[in-house]
Amino acid sequence: MDKMPKWADVVLLPLISLLLAGAISALVLLATGVNPVAALGVMIDGALGSTRGWGYTLYYATNFIFTGLAVSVAFHARLFNIGGEGQALLGAVGVTLACLMIPWPHWTIALLAAVVASALFGAAWALIPAWLQAKRGSHIVITTIMFNFIAGALLNYLLVEVMKPAGIMEPASANFPPAVHLPNFADMLAPFGIPFSPEAPANVAFLLALLAAFLVWVLIWRTRLGYEIRAFGFSETGARYAGISGTRIILISMLISGALAGMMSVNNVMGEAERLVLNSAEGAGFIGIAVALMGRNHPVGVVLAAVLFGFLYQGGAQLSFQLQIPTEMVTIIQALVILFTGALDQMIRAPLERAFLSLRKARA
Amino acid sequence: MDFFTFVQILDATLRFATPLLLACLAGLFSERAGIFDIGLEGKMLVAAFLAAAVAATSGSVWVGLMAGIAGSLVLAVVHGLAAITFRGNQLISGVAVNFFASGITVVVAQSWFAQGGGTPQLSGDARFAAIIWPGALTKIRELRAADPLTQTYSELISGHAIIVYIALALVPLSWWVLYRTRFGLRLRAVGENPAAVDTAGISVVRLRFAAVLIAGVLCGLAGAYLSTALQAGFSKEMTAGRGYIALAALIFAKWRPWHALWACLLFGFLQALALRPDVLEGVIGLKVQGQLLDALPYILTVIILAGFVGKAIPPRAGGEPYVKER
Repeated sequence: MDKMPKWADVVLLPLISLLLAGAISALVLLATGVNPVAALGVMIDGALGSTRGWGYTLYYATNFIFTGLAVSVAFHARLFNIGGEGQALLGAVGVTLACLMIPWPHWTIALLAAVVASALFGAAWALIPAWLQAKRGSHIVITTIMFNFIAGALLNYLLVEVMKPAGIMEPASANFPPAVHLPNFADMLAPFGIPFSPEAPANVAFLLALLAAFLVWVLIWRTRLGYEIRAFGFSETGARYAGISGTRIILISMLISGALAGMMSVNNVMGEAERLVLNSAEGAGFIGIAVALMGRNHPVGVVLAAVLFGFLYQGGAQLSFQLQIPTEMVTIIQALVILFTGALDQMIRAPLERAFLSLRKARA
Repeated sequence: MDFFTFVQILDATLRFATPLLLACLAGLFSERAGIFDIGLEGKMLVAAFLAAAVAATSGSVWVGLMAGIAGSLVLAVVHGLAAITFRGNQLISGVAVNFFASGITVVVAQSWFAQGGGTPQLSGDARFAAIIWPGALTKIRELRAADPLTQTYSELISGHAIIVYIALALVPLSWWVLYRTRFGLRLRAVGENPAAVDTAGISVVRLRFAAVLIAGVLCGLAGAYLSTALQAGFSKEMTAGRGYIALAALIFAKWRPWHALWACLLFGFLQALALRPDVLEGVIGLKVQGQLLDALPYILTVIILAGFVGKAIPPRAGGEPYVKER
């Protein structure tokens, strides 16, 4: 019998972690002379108080859904993919090539091509660490970290030496043609007569992210492959006795993970910047770790946690705009969420389990 | 390229290798005891900030150094709590430490000094001064005219901050502690087979905490060196991935102190070369992309990890929390 009900594990634990993270962040704010309640007010107002705020929140959330799903698919196979950042950068290269190489007649076809290209590039970047883990036993955490740095250097090289149009100083690709412009929320909601801020960057890629979340759910819980991935993650030896090839599971789950991280770039490169710049992923690959941990590796949880982090990002931007608090404040919250939900899980879980046990005894 | 340029590059190599070496030895102690530490970067960053901030405020670099070490130790204790006491995932804890450091340093620096997330420039006693050895030349014109031996002595051996010499001395010391003392034997044993150590009546928890705290002190030294000796002050994200390069060096060295020195010198040499593209082009006759030099430590590490050039086998119990009761 479980020590505590499932809802406590799925809802209560992450909420307590979030509260702890929030409390410590509030202390940091107090120490820097800012009223935390006022700061929260600014964040809520800036991120959720207008369609523009929502547009930014959901734009960031779209990035985090992709990277969060990427981390969680790997987690199901008990692989810790820290390489989401590098895979997203390579995905961005894929998107850029797809958008610049071929003169697409309409954004719908371009979107399809961009999705395929970003997924392929992201997966390819995850393939080498996956192969090294499966065949040579190299620790995937270390190799994916190294691949993040290699990706950063590679992108730097590509932008400075190869993709930069002649006569431009800034290391960036050419601007994408207008034909591949993705409709944003204002364009999408206009036919229904719903007004939405046209300056907000949330775009059709958000729907793509939701679709990806649904497909990941189908994959993990409704297919044979997903069952094998979970079995492998639960017990490597057990899976081997059941005839599941470890090499195959490691390769496939990392390829899917890399593809998901790569697809993030459809949102931020094609949907927002409409050109490729240095460090285009801006840390979203790492936020995927916090999102996956917070969302308990379930697509529904990942989507909710991604929206939460989207709120934190947009709210954090407002904080720096209005109260001159550096946006790095969000990084602190992100770190604390990772710490409490990932590493100090036992610290919160143990007393909670004891509380539920004594509650049950008292009732019996 | 003349001999003096060569000596200058070696001199830069030593300066760049020092923070790598300290962080690498930190990782060595921690990982040899079975605690993975990818939080080297974060501990260095916090130490770099606190050392510079306190040195700027107090005017004494030594007070700054103590503050830097203390800050690094706080993060080490958090990592120890998560990894040892609560048996959490050591990698996730390390990731959290790194993000926390990169956030808190900027937020506190901004509210303390309001200089874009950095500290004021340090000068005088707020910085580690170069130690000039007796008889060493200091003027660049005299140095250029001097014979190779004097050049080597004056430029490469003399004229570094004290932490450089401490870092070099720590290599034989770490070797001696790990391979010639009872503590070192137990520390290595707890990273290979903690159950055996436990059976012998020695506390696994205490040994692992000792290792994590040693790592904290060493990362503190590394960070303080960055902001008070190599540079004059803290700037945002100033560790710039050095904690990860140290991690790469540790794997390159296969978790051994002397090899760690050579690996860090090699990676320091690559960093020094990246700053002198003219020299590199002159020697090998073709232009080498700076980005390739940046990425080379990581590429080399992946090749080593892949086992193509001798296999890197980590301590066997690394990353596994020790559960006493069954």
